[in-house]
Amino acid sequence: MLNYLINGISLGSVYAIIALGYTMVYGIAKMLNFAHGDVIMVGGYISFCATSYLGLPVIPSVLLSIFVCTVLGIVIERLAYKPLRAATSLAVLITAIGVSYFLQNAALLIWSSNPKAYPNMVALPPLAIGNTQISAVSLVTIIACIVIMVALTLFTNKTKMGKAMRAVSEDKDAAQLMGINVNATISLTFAIGSGLAAVAGVLLCSAYPTLMPTTGAMPGIKAFTAAVFGGIGSIPGAMLGGILLGIIEIFGKAYISTQLSDAIVFSVLILILLVKPTGLLGRKISEKV
Amino acid sequence: MSMLKVSDINVYYGNIHAIKGISFEVNEGEIVTLIGANGAGKSTTLNTVAGLLKPATGNIEFEGQSLLNVPAHKIVSRGMALCPEGRRIFLQLTVQENLEMGAYTRPSAETADLIADVYDRFPRLKERYRQVAGTLSGGEQQMLAMGRALMSKPRLMMLDEPSMGLAPILVEKIFEIIGELNKAGTTILLVEQNAQMALSIAHRSYVLETGRITVSGTGEELLHNDAVRKAYLGG
Repeated sequence: MLNYLINGISLGSVYAIIALGYTMVYGIAKMLNFAHGDVIMVGGYISFCATSYLGLPVIPSVLLSIFVCTVLGIVIERLAYKPLRAATSLAVLITAIGVSYFLQNAALLIWSSNPKAYPNMVALPPLAIGNTQISAVSLVTIIACIVIMVALTLFTNKTKMGKAMRAVSEDKDAAQLMGINVNATISLTFAIGSGLAAVAGVLLCSAYPTLMPTTGAMPGIKAFTAAVFGGIGSIPGAMLGGILLGIIEIFGKAYISTQLSDAIVFSVLILILLVKPTGLLGRKISEKV
Repeated sequence: MSMLKVSDINVYYGNIHAIKGISFEVNEGEIVTLIGANGAGKSTTLNTVAGLLKPATGNIEFEGQSLLNVPAHKIVSRGMALCPEGRRIFLQLTVQENLEMGAYTRPSAETADLIADVYDRFPRLKERYRQVAGTLSGGEQQMLAMGRALMSKPRLMMLDEPSMGLAPILVEKIFEIIGELNKAGTTILLVEQNAQMALSIAHRSYVLETGRITVSGTGEELLHNDAVRKAYLGG
Protein backbone atom coordinates (compact mmCIF):
# COMPACT_ATOMS: atom_id res chain seq x y z
CA MET A 1 0.00 0.00 0.00
CA LEU A 2 2.65 2.52 1.09
CA ASN A 3 4.80 1.19 -1.72
CA TYR A 4 2.11 1.91 -4.27
CA LEU A 5 1.65 5.37 -2.86
CA ILE A 6 5.36 6.15 -3.14
CA ASN A 7 5.53 4.73 -6.65
CA GLY A 8 2.50 6.79 -7.55
CA ILE A 9 3.99 9.99 -6.15
CA SER A 10 7.26 9.26 -7.91
CA LEU A 11 5.63 8.62 -11.30
CA GLY A 12 3.41 11.61 -10.66
CA SER A 13 6.48 13.74 -9.97
CA VAL A 14 7.80 12.95 -13.44
CA TYR A 15 4.43 13.91 -14.92
CA ALA A 16 4.48 17.05 -12.83
CA ILE A 17 7.91 18.11 -14.12
CA ILE A 18 6.74 17.56 -17.71
CA ALA A 19 3.41 19.25 -17.01
CA LEU A 20 5.26 22.34 -15.77
CA GLY A 21 6.73 22.73 -19.25
CA TYR A 22 3.31 22.42 -20.85
CA THR A 23 1.67 24.79 -18.47
CA MET A 24 4.36 27.48 -18.59
CA VAL A 25 4.44 27.52 -22.38
CA TYR A 26 0.66 27.58 -22.47
CA GLY A 27 0.58 30.40 -19.95
CA ILE A 28 3.01 32.59 -21.88
CA ALA A 29 2.59 31.67 -25.54
CA LYS A 30 -1.04 30.51 -25.27
CA MET A 31 -0.24 27.39 -27.26
CA LEU A 32 -0.19 23.66 -26.60
CA ASN A 33 3.29 22.49 -27.44
CA PHE A 34 2.58 18.88 -28.32
CA ALA A 35 6.23 18.37 -29.20
CA HIS A 36 7.08 18.79 -25.52
CA GLY A 37 6.85 15.03 -24.85
CA ASP A 38 9.36 14.33 -27.59
CA VAL A 39 11.88 16.71 -26.04
CA ILE A 40 11.81 14.28 -23.08
CA MET A 41 12.79 11.49 -25.44
CA VAL A 42 15.64 13.61 -26.87
CA GLY A 43 16.75 14.29 -23.29
CA GLY A 44 16.76 10.55 -22.67
CA TYR A 45 18.84 9.80 -25.77
CA ILE A 46 21.36 12.57 -25.14
CA SER A 47 22.02 11.41 -21.60
CA PHE A 48 22.12 7.80 -22.81
CA CYS A 49 24.72 8.61 -25.47
CA ALA A 50 26.74 10.72 -23.06
CA THR A 51 27.08 7.89 -20.54
CA SER A 52 27.11 4.85 -22.82
CA TYR A 53 29.10 6.13 -25.81
CA LEU A 54 31.14 9.03 -24.45
CA GLY A 55 31.62 7.44 -21.05
CA LEU A 56 30.76 10.64 -19.20
CA PRO A 57 29.85 10.43 -15.51
CA VAL A 58 26.21 10.90 -14.49
CA ILE A 59 26.16 14.59 -13.55
CA PRO A 60 27.90 15.89 -16.70
CA SER A 61 25.65 13.70 -18.88
CA VAL A 62 22.55 15.08 -17.24
CA LEU A 63 23.85 18.63 -17.59
CA LEU A 64 24.69 18.03 -21.25
CA SER A 65 21.20 16.63 -21.79
CA ILE A 66 19.63 19.69 -20.14
CA PHE A 67 21.79 22.00 -22.25
CA VAL A 68 20.92 20.28 -25.54
CA CYS A 69 17.19 20.23 -24.77
CA THR A 70 17.21 23.88 -23.71
CA VAL A 71 18.79 24.87 -27.01
CA LEU A 72 16.43 22.54 -28.87
CA GLY A 73 13.43 24.18 -27.19
CA ILE A 74 14.61 27.66 -28.18
CA VAL A 75 15.32 26.53 -31.76
CA ILE A 76 11.91 24.84 -32.12
CA GLU A 77 10.18 27.99 -30.93
CA ARG A 78 12.22 30.24 -33.23
CA LEU A 79 11.81 28.13 -36.35
CA ALA A 80 8.38 26.55 -35.99
CA TYR A 81 6.23 28.69 -33.71
CA LYS A 82 7.52 32.25 -33.86
CA PRO A 83 6.59 32.73 -37.54
CA LEU A 84 3.03 31.74 -36.54
CA ARG A 85 2.70 34.24 -33.69
CA ALA A 86 -0.19 35.96 -35.48
CA ALA A 87 -1.73 32.79 -36.97
CA THR A 88 -4.79 30.96 -35.67
CA SER A 89 -4.27 28.64 -32.73
CA LEU A 90 -5.28 25.69 -34.89
CA ALA A 91 -2.36 26.34 -37.26
CA VAL A 92 0.03 26.44 -34.30
CA LEU A 93 -1.44 23.24 -32.88
CA ILE A 94 -0.99 21.38 -36.14
CA THR A 95 2.57 22.69 -36.40
CA ALA A 96 3.27 21.41 -32.89
CA ILE A 97 2.03 17.96 -33.88
CA GLY A 98 4.26 18.20 -36.95
CA VAL A 99 7.29 19.07 -34.81
CA SER A 100 6.45 16.09 -32.60
CA TYR A 101 6.51 13.70 -35.59
CA PHE A 102 9.65 15.37 -36.87
CA LEU A 103 11.50 14.74 -33.60
CA GLN A 104 10.29 11.14 -33.38
CA ASN A 105 11.36 10.39 -36.93
CA ALA A 106 14.67 12.17 -36.55
CA ALA A 107 15.31 9.97 -33.50
CA LEU A 108 14.30 6.93 -35.53
CA LEU A 109 16.90 7.85 -38.16
CA ILE A 110 19.66 8.55 -35.68
CA TRP A 111 19.07 5.88 -33.06
CA SER A 112 16.86 3.34 -34.94
CA SER A 113 13.72 1.75 -33.58
CA ASN A 114 15.59 -0.80 -31.44
CA PRO A 115 14.96 -0.01 -27.79
CA LYS A 116 18.04 1.03 -25.87
CA ALA A 117 18.60 -0.26 -22.36
CA TYR A 118 18.89 2.95 -20.38
CA PRO A 119 21.43 2.82 -17.55
CA ASN A 120 20.06 3.72 -14.14
CA MET A 121 21.37 7.22 -13.55
CA VAL A 122 20.58 7.01 -9.86
CA ALA A 123 22.61 3.96 -8.88
CA LEU A 124 22.21 4.31 -5.14
CA PRO A 125 20.96 1.77 -2.60
CA PRO A 126 17.25 1.92 -1.79
CA LEU A 127 16.05 3.52 1.41
CA ALA A 128 14.32 1.21 3.85
CA ILE A 129 11.60 2.51 6.12
CA GLY A 130 10.27 -0.32 8.26
CA ASN A 131 9.60 -3.08 5.77
CA THR A 132 8.98 -0.73 2.85
CA GLN A 133 11.80 -0.09 0.45
CA ILE A 134 11.93 3.12 -1.50
CA SER A 135 14.12 2.97 -4.56
CA ALA A 136 16.70 5.71 -4.94
CA VAL A 137 15.18 6.73 -8.29
CA SER A 138 11.80 7.30 -6.67
CA LEU A 139 13.36 9.33 -3.91
CA VAL A 140 15.50 11.45 -6.23
CA THR A 141 12.51 12.01 -8.53
CA ILE A 142 10.32 13.23 -5.71
CA ILE A 143 13.06 15.49 -4.34
CA ALA A 144 13.84 16.88 -7.81
CA CYS A 145 10.17 17.62 -8.30
CA ILE A 146 9.91 19.51 -5.02
CA VAL A 147 13.10 21.47 -5.68
CA ILE A 148 11.93 22.43 -9.19
CA MET A 149 8.52 23.45 -7.91
CA VAL A 150 9.97 25.68 -5.19
CA ALA A 151 12.57 27.18 -7.54
CA LEU A 152 10.00 27.98 -10.22
CA THR A 153 7.59 29.49 -7.73
CA LEU A 154 10.33 31.71 -6.31
CA PHE A 155 11.44 32.63 -9.81
CA THR A 156 8.00 33.70 -11.03
CA ASN A 157 7.03 35.49 -7.81
CA LYS A 158 10.24 37.10 -6.63
CA THR A 159 12.45 37.91 -9.61
CA LYS A 160 12.01 40.78 -12.04
CA MET A 161 12.19 38.39 -14.99
CA GLY A 162 9.67 36.02 -13.43
CA LYS A 163 7.23 38.82 -12.79
CA ALA A 164 7.72 40.03 -16.35
CA MET A 165 6.85 36.50 -17.46
CA ARG A 166 3.56 36.69 -15.58
CA ALA A 167 2.91 40.11 -17.07
CA VAL A 168 3.50 38.76 -20.59
CA SER A 169 1.23 35.82 -19.89
CA GLU A 170 -1.57 38.21 -19.00
CA ASP A 171 -1.23 40.97 -21.59
CA LYS A 172 1.48 41.03 -24.25
CA ASP A 173 0.78 44.54 -25.52
CA ALA A 174 0.74 46.05 -22.05
CA ALA A 175 3.96 44.15 -21.27
CA GLN A 176 5.61 45.71 -24.33
CA LEU A 177 4.52 49.15 -23.17
CA MET A 178 6.47 48.45 -19.96
CA GLY A 179 9.56 47.73 -22.06
CA ILE A 180 9.41 43.95 -21.68
CA ASN A 181 10.78 42.07 -24.67
CA VAL A 182 7.96 39.61 -25.36
CA ASN A 183 9.90 37.46 -27.83
CA ALA A 184 12.79 37.03 -25.41
CA THR A 185 10.35 36.12 -22.65
CA ILE A 186 8.72 33.45 -24.81
CA SER A 187 12.16 32.05 -25.70
CA LEU A 188 13.07 31.92 -22.03
CA THR A 189 9.86 30.03 -21.27
CA PHE A 190 10.61 27.44 -23.93
CA ALA A 191 14.17 27.17 -22.61
CA ILE A 192 13.00 26.50 -19.06
CA GLY A 193 10.28 24.06 -20.17
CA SER A 194 12.67 22.10 -22.38
CA GLY A 195 15.39 22.02 -19.74
CA LEU A 196 12.84 20.53 -17.35
CA ALA A 197 11.85 18.02 -20.03
CA ALA A 198 15.46 16.82 -20.12
CA VAL A 199 15.41 16.28 -16.36
CA ALA A 200 12.11 14.43 -16.73
CA GLY A 201 13.64 12.31 -19.50
CA VAL A 202 16.54 11.21 -17.31
CA LEU A 203 14.27 10.42 -14.36
CA LEU A 204 11.66 8.65 -16.46
CA CYS A 205 14.19 6.47 -18.28
CA SER A 206 15.96 5.65 -15.03
CA ALA A 207 12.69 4.30 -13.63
CA TYR A 208 11.46 2.69 -16.87
CA PRO A 209 14.68 1.84 -18.68
CA THR A 210 13.43 1.20 -22.20
CA LEU A 211 14.36 4.06 -24.51
CA MET A 212 12.69 4.33 -27.93
CA PRO A 213 11.84 7.19 -30.30
CA THR A 214 8.26 7.04 -29.02
CA THR A 215 9.25 6.99 -25.35
CA GLY A 216 8.17 10.58 -24.78
CA ALA A 217 4.80 10.41 -26.51
CA MET A 218 2.65 8.76 -23.84
CA PRO A 219 4.18 10.53 -20.82
CA GLY A 220 3.82 13.74 -22.81
CA ILE A 221 0.11 13.20 -23.33
CA LYS A 222 -0.35 12.21 -19.71
CA ALA A 223 1.55 15.24 -18.47
CA PHE A 224 -0.59 17.41 -20.71
CA THR A 225 -3.59 15.75 -19.09
CA ALA A 226 -2.07 16.48 -15.69
CA ALA A 227 -1.64 20.13 -16.62
CA VAL A 228 -5.29 20.40 -17.69
CA PHE A 229 -6.34 18.40 -14.65
CA GLY A 230 -4.62 20.84 -12.30
CA GLY A 231 -5.68 23.92 -14.26
CA ILE A 232 -3.56 24.79 -17.28
CA GLY A 233 -1.45 27.89 -16.83
CA SER A 234 -1.05 27.28 -13.09
CA ILE A 235 2.31 26.10 -11.74
CA PRO A 236 0.98 24.55 -8.50
CA GLY A 237 -1.87 23.12 -10.60
CA ALA A 238 0.58 21.28 -12.85
CA MET A 239 2.28 19.90 -9.78
CA LEU A 240 -0.90 18.74 -8.09
CA GLY A 241 -2.35 17.39 -11.33
CA GLY A 242 0.83 15.44 -12.10
CA ILE A 243 1.11 13.84 -8.70
CA LEU A 244 -2.59 12.92 -8.51
CA LEU A 245 -2.41 11.45 -11.99
CA GLY A 246 0.60 9.31 -11.00
CA ILE A 247 -1.15 8.06 -7.88
CA ILE A 248 -4.37 7.26 -9.74
CA GLU A 249 -2.44 5.43 -12.43
CA ILE A 250 -0.43 3.26 -10.02
CA PHE A 251 -3.45 2.46 -7.83
CA GLY A 252 -5.55 1.75 -10.92
CA LYS A 253 -2.89 -0.67 -12.10
CA ALA A 254 -2.54 -2.33 -8.71
CA TYR A 255 -6.16 -2.70 -7.68
CA ILE A 256 -8.31 -2.55 -10.78
CA SER A 257 -6.61 -3.54 -14.00
CA THR A 258 -3.21 -3.08 -15.61
CA GLN A 259 -4.73 -2.86 -19.05
CA LEU A 260 -7.35 -0.35 -18.05
CA SER A 261 -5.07 1.94 -16.03
CA ASP A 262 -4.82 4.56 -18.78
CA ALA A 263 -8.57 4.46 -19.33
CA ILE A 264 -9.07 5.03 -15.61
CA VAL A 265 -6.70 7.98 -15.64
CA PHE A 266 -8.50 9.67 -18.51
CA SER A 267 -11.95 8.89 -17.07
CA VAL A 268 -11.01 10.70 -13.89
CA LEU A 269 -9.84 13.64 -16.00
CA ILE A 270 -13.16 13.77 -17.82
CA LEU A 271 -15.06 13.62 -14.54
CA ILE A 272 -13.03 16.44 -12.99
CA LEU A 273 -13.43 18.62 -16.06
CA LEU A 274 -17.18 18.03 -16.07
CA VAL A 275 -17.40 19.25 -12.50
CA LYS A 276 -14.72 21.95 -12.70
CA PRO A 277 -13.95 22.93 -16.30
CA THR A 278 -11.00 25.14 -15.34
CA GLY A 279 -9.19 22.24 -13.63
CA LEU A 280 -8.46 21.81 -9.94
CA LEU A 281 -6.52 25.03 -9.35
CA GLY A 282 -7.46 26.89 -12.50
CA ARG A 283 -9.50 29.99 -11.95
CA LYS A 284 -11.20 32.64 -13.89
CA ILE A 285 -10.28 36.11 -12.76
CA SER A 286 -13.32 38.30 -12.61
CA GLU A 287 -12.56 41.67 -14.10
CA LYS A 288 -13.93 44.93 -12.90
CA VAL A 289 -14.53 47.40 -15.67
CA MET B 1 10.56 73.00 -30.34
CA SER B 2 8.36 70.02 -30.97
CA MET B 3 8.94 67.01 -28.75
CA LEU B 4 6.74 64.63 -30.72
CA LYS B 5 6.24 65.13 -34.42
CA VAL B 6 3.83 62.89 -36.31
CA SER B 7 4.00 63.44 -40.05
CA ASP B 8 1.39 62.18 -42.48
CA ILE B 9 0.97 58.68 -41.04
CA ASN B 10 -1.30 56.06 -42.56
CA VAL B 11 -2.28 53.06 -40.45
CA TYR B 12 -4.18 49.98 -41.56
CA TYR B 13 -5.87 47.13 -39.70
CA GLY B 14 -5.79 44.54 -42.43
CA ASN B 15 -7.86 46.17 -45.16
CA ILE B 16 -9.30 48.88 -42.97
CA HIS B 17 -7.66 52.23 -43.49
CA ALA B 18 -7.90 53.49 -39.91
CA ILE B 19 -5.63 56.55 -40.00
CA LYS B 20 -5.62 58.54 -43.19
CA GLY B 21 -2.58 60.75 -43.31
CA ILE B 22 -2.63 62.64 -40.07
CA SER B 23 0.03 65.02 -38.83
CA PHE B 24 0.33 66.73 -35.47
CA GLU B 25 2.91 67.95 -33.03
CA VAL B 26 3.34 68.06 -29.29
CA ASN B 27 5.68 70.68 -27.87
CA GLU B 28 7.62 70.28 -24.69
CA GLY B 29 5.58 71.26 -21.63
CA GLU B 30 2.22 71.20 -23.38
CA ILE B 31 -1.01 69.35 -22.78
CA VAL B 32 -2.30 68.35 -26.20
CA THR B 33 -5.57 66.49 -26.67
CA LEU B 34 -7.00 64.45 -29.48
CA ILE B 35 -10.77 64.44 -29.32
CA GLY B 36 -13.29 62.71 -31.51
CA ALA B 37 -16.08 60.17 -31.60
CA ASN B 38 -15.78 56.43 -31.13
CA GLY B 39 -13.86 54.86 -33.98
CA ALA B 40 -12.32 58.12 -35.15
CA GLY B 41 -8.84 56.66 -34.74
CA LYS B 42 -7.73 58.27 -31.49
CA SER B 43 -6.53 55.10 -29.79
CA THR B 44 -5.04 53.83 -33.03
CA THR B 45 -2.99 57.01 -33.21
CA LEU B 46 -1.64 56.61 -29.67
CA ASN B 47 -0.93 52.92 -30.16
CA THR B 48 0.99 53.77 -33.30
CA VAL B 49 3.08 56.40 -31.52
CA ALA B 50 3.78 53.85 -28.76
CA GLY B 51 4.97 51.35 -31.37
CA LEU B 52 2.25 48.71 -30.89
CA LEU B 53 1.13 49.41 -34.47
CA LYS B 54 3.39 50.38 -37.32
CA PRO B 55 2.34 53.04 -39.83
CA ALA B 56 2.33 51.98 -43.49
CA THR B 57 3.71 55.38 -44.48
CA GLY B 58 4.67 58.58 -42.72
CA ASN B 59 7.05 59.34 -39.91
CA ILE B 60 7.01 59.66 -36.15
CA GLU B 61 9.80 61.58 -34.47
CA PHE B 62 10.40 61.87 -30.77
CA GLU B 63 12.97 64.43 -29.62
CA GLY B 64 14.33 64.57 -33.14
CA GLN B 65 14.72 60.81 -33.66
CA SER B 66 12.53 58.64 -35.83
CA LEU B 67 10.68 55.85 -34.03
CA LEU B 68 9.76 53.92 -37.16
CA ASN B 69 12.31 51.17 -36.69
CA VAL B 70 12.17 51.05 -32.93
CA PRO B 71 10.38 47.92 -31.60
CA ALA B 72 7.50 48.54 -29.21
CA HIS B 73 9.38 47.35 -26.13
CA LYS B 74 12.19 49.86 -26.72
CA ILE B 75 9.94 52.90 -27.00
CA VAL B 76 9.42 53.37 -23.27
CA SER B 77 13.13 53.80 -22.56
CA ARG B 78 13.18 56.68 -25.07
CA GLY B 79 11.21 58.65 -22.49
CA MET B 80 7.56 58.24 -23.33
CA ALA B 81 4.91 56.10 -21.72
CA LEU B 82 1.40 55.16 -22.78
CA CYS B 83 -1.33 54.63 -20.24
CA PRO B 84 -3.53 52.56 -22.55
CA GLU B 85 -7.25 52.49 -23.17
CA GLY B 86 -9.05 50.24 -20.73
CA ARG B 87 -6.10 50.63 -18.30
CA ARG B 88 -4.63 47.24 -19.16
CA ILE B 89 -3.11 46.77 -15.73
CA PHE B 90 -1.93 43.26 -14.91
CA LEU B 91 -4.96 41.99 -13.02
CA GLN B 92 -3.25 38.94 -11.55
CA LEU B 93 -0.23 40.84 -10.28
CA THR B 94 -0.31 42.81 -7.06
CA VAL B 95 -0.46 46.60 -7.04
CA GLN B 96 3.21 46.78 -6.15
CA GLU B 97 4.20 44.26 -8.83
CA ASN B 98 2.32 46.30 -11.42
CA LEU B 99 4.36 49.32 -10.42
CA GLU B 100 7.57 47.31 -10.57
CA MET B 101 6.70 46.32 -14.13
CA GLY B 102 6.30 50.02 -14.93
CA ALA B 103 9.93 50.49 -13.89
CA TYR B 104 11.08 47.48 -15.91
CA THR B 105 13.55 49.52 -17.95
CA ARG B 106 14.86 51.56 -15.01
CA PRO B 107 17.83 50.49 -12.89
CA SER B 108 16.61 48.34 -9.98
CA ALA B 109 18.16 50.70 -7.45
CA GLU B 110 15.67 53.41 -8.44
CA THR B 111 12.54 51.29 -8.12
CA ALA B 112 11.90 51.83 -4.41
CA ASP B 113 12.09 55.63 -4.75
CA LEU B 114 9.87 55.66 -7.82
CA ILE B 115 7.28 53.52 -6.02
CA ALA B 116 7.39 55.86 -3.02
CA ASP B 117 6.69 58.82 -5.36
CA VAL B 118 3.70 57.05 -6.88
CA TYR B 119 2.34 56.20 -3.42
CA ASP B 120 2.71 59.85 -2.42
CA ARG B 121 0.59 60.86 -5.37
CA PHE B 122 -1.91 58.01 -4.98
CA PRO B 123 -2.15 57.12 -1.27
CA ARG B 124 -4.97 54.67 -2.03
CA LEU B 125 -2.52 52.47 -3.90
CA LYS B 126 -0.22 52.35 -0.89
CA GLU B 127 -3.06 51.06 1.27
CA ARG B 128 -3.61 48.26 -1.22
CA TYR B 129 -0.06 47.51 -2.28
CA ARG B 130 -0.26 43.77 -1.62
CA GLN B 131 -3.68 43.34 -3.16
CA VAL B 132 -4.09 41.67 -6.54
CA ALA B 133 -4.87 44.44 -9.04
CA GLY B 134 -8.01 42.69 -10.32
CA THR B 135 -9.69 43.38 -7.00
CA LEU B 136 -9.31 47.17 -7.22
CA SER B 137 -12.23 49.46 -8.07
CA GLY B 138 -12.32 51.16 -11.47
CA GLY B 139 -10.94 54.43 -10.12
CA GLU B 140 -8.14 52.67 -8.29
CA GLN B 141 -7.29 50.71 -11.41
CA GLN B 142 -7.01 53.95 -13.35
CA MET B 143 -4.72 55.39 -10.69
CA LEU B 144 -2.63 52.23 -10.84
CA ALA B 145 -2.42 52.48 -14.63
CA MET B 146 -1.24 56.09 -14.36
CA GLY B 147 1.15 55.26 -11.54
CA ARG B 148 2.56 52.39 -13.55
CA ALA B 149 3.15 54.66 -16.55
CA LEU B 150 4.86 57.23 -14.30
CA MET B 151 7.29 54.59 -13.04
CA SER B 152 9.32 54.89 -16.25
CA LYS B 153 9.82 58.64 -15.56
CA PRO B 154 8.39 59.63 -18.94
CA ARG B 155 9.03 63.07 -20.38
CA LEU B 156 5.97 62.51 -22.57
CA MET B 157 2.99 60.78 -21.04
CA MET B 158 0.23 59.58 -23.32
CA LEU B 159 -3.14 58.87 -21.74
CA ASP B 160 -5.90 57.06 -23.58
CA GLU B 161 -9.39 57.76 -22.19
CA PRO B 162 -8.37 58.00 -18.54
CA SER B 163 -11.89 59.09 -17.56
CA MET B 164 -13.64 56.12 -19.16
CA GLY B 165 -16.22 54.51 -16.91
CA LEU B 166 -15.42 56.65 -13.88
CA ALA B 167 -17.79 58.58 -11.63
CA PRO B 168 -17.73 62.36 -12.25
CA ILE B 169 -15.91 63.07 -9.01
CA LEU B 170 -13.15 60.65 -9.99
CA VAL B 171 -12.97 62.14 -13.47
CA GLU B 172 -12.24 65.52 -11.91
CA LYS B 173 -9.61 63.99 -9.68
CA ILE B 174 -7.93 62.31 -12.65
CA PHE B 175 -7.88 65.58 -14.61
CA GLU B 176 -6.52 67.39 -11.59
CA ILE B 177 -3.68 64.90 -11.44
CA ILE B 178 -2.99 65.30 -15.15
CA GLY B 179 -2.74 69.05 -14.58
CA GLU B 180 -0.34 68.53 -11.67
CA LEU B 181 1.85 66.19 -13.69
CA ASN B 182 2.04 68.77 -16.44
CA LYS B 183 2.98 71.53 -13.98
CA ALA B 184 5.71 69.26 -12.65
CA GLY B 185 7.19 69.21 -16.16
CA THR B 186 5.66 66.20 -17.91
CA THR B 187 4.38 66.79 -21.41
CA ILE B 188 0.93 65.27 -21.92
CA LEU B 189 -0.78 63.83 -24.99
CA LEU B 190 -4.34 63.03 -24.02
CA VAL B 191 -7.07 61.19 -25.89
CA GLU B 192 -10.55 61.76 -24.56
CA GLN B 193 -14.20 61.36 -25.38
CA ASN B 194 -15.02 63.75 -22.57
CA ALA B 195 -14.27 66.72 -24.83
CA GLN B 196 -15.41 69.36 -22.35
CA MET B 197 -12.94 68.26 -19.70
CA ALA B 198 -10.17 67.63 -22.19
CA LEU B 199 -10.46 71.02 -23.89
CA SER B 200 -10.61 72.84 -20.59
CA ILE B 201 -7.13 71.67 -19.55
CA ALA B 202 -5.52 71.45 -23.00
CA HIS B 203 -3.12 74.00 -24.41
CA ARG B 204 -3.83 72.77 -27.91
CA SER B 205 -6.20 70.30 -29.39
CA TYR B 206 -6.92 68.30 -32.53
CA VAL B 207 -10.28 66.92 -33.62
CA LEU B 208 -10.18 63.53 -35.33
CA GLU B 209 -12.97 62.33 -37.59
CA THR B 210 -12.81 58.93 -39.31
CA GLY B 211 -9.05 58.88 -39.48
CA ARG B 212 -8.47 62.52 -40.41
CA ILE B 213 -7.73 65.66 -38.45
CA THR B 214 -10.49 68.11 -39.27
CA VAL B 215 -10.00 70.95 -36.81
CA SER B 216 -7.14 72.08 -34.63
CA GLY B 217 -6.46 74.98 -32.35
CA THR B 218 -6.03 75.97 -28.74
CA GLY B 219 -8.38 74.41 -26.21
CA GLU B 220 -10.08 77.76 -25.78
CA GLU B 221 -10.65 78.17 -29.54
CA LEU B 222 -12.17 74.72 -29.91
CA LEU B 223 -14.44 75.24 -26.91
CA HIS B 224 -15.92 78.17 -28.83
CA ASN B 225 -15.85 76.60 -32.29
CA ASP B 226 -19.43 76.08 -33.46
CA ALA B 227 -18.84 72.84 -35.33
CA VAL B 228 -16.93 71.35 -32.39
CA ARG B 229 -19.60 72.50 -29.95
CA LYS B 230 -22.33 70.87 -32.02
CA ALA B 231 -20.52 67.60 -32.52
CA TYR B 232 -18.78 67.02 -29.20
CA LEU B 233 -20.01 69.38 -26.54
CA GLY B 234 -23.73 68.81 -26.81
CA GLY B 235 -24.77 72.10 -28.37
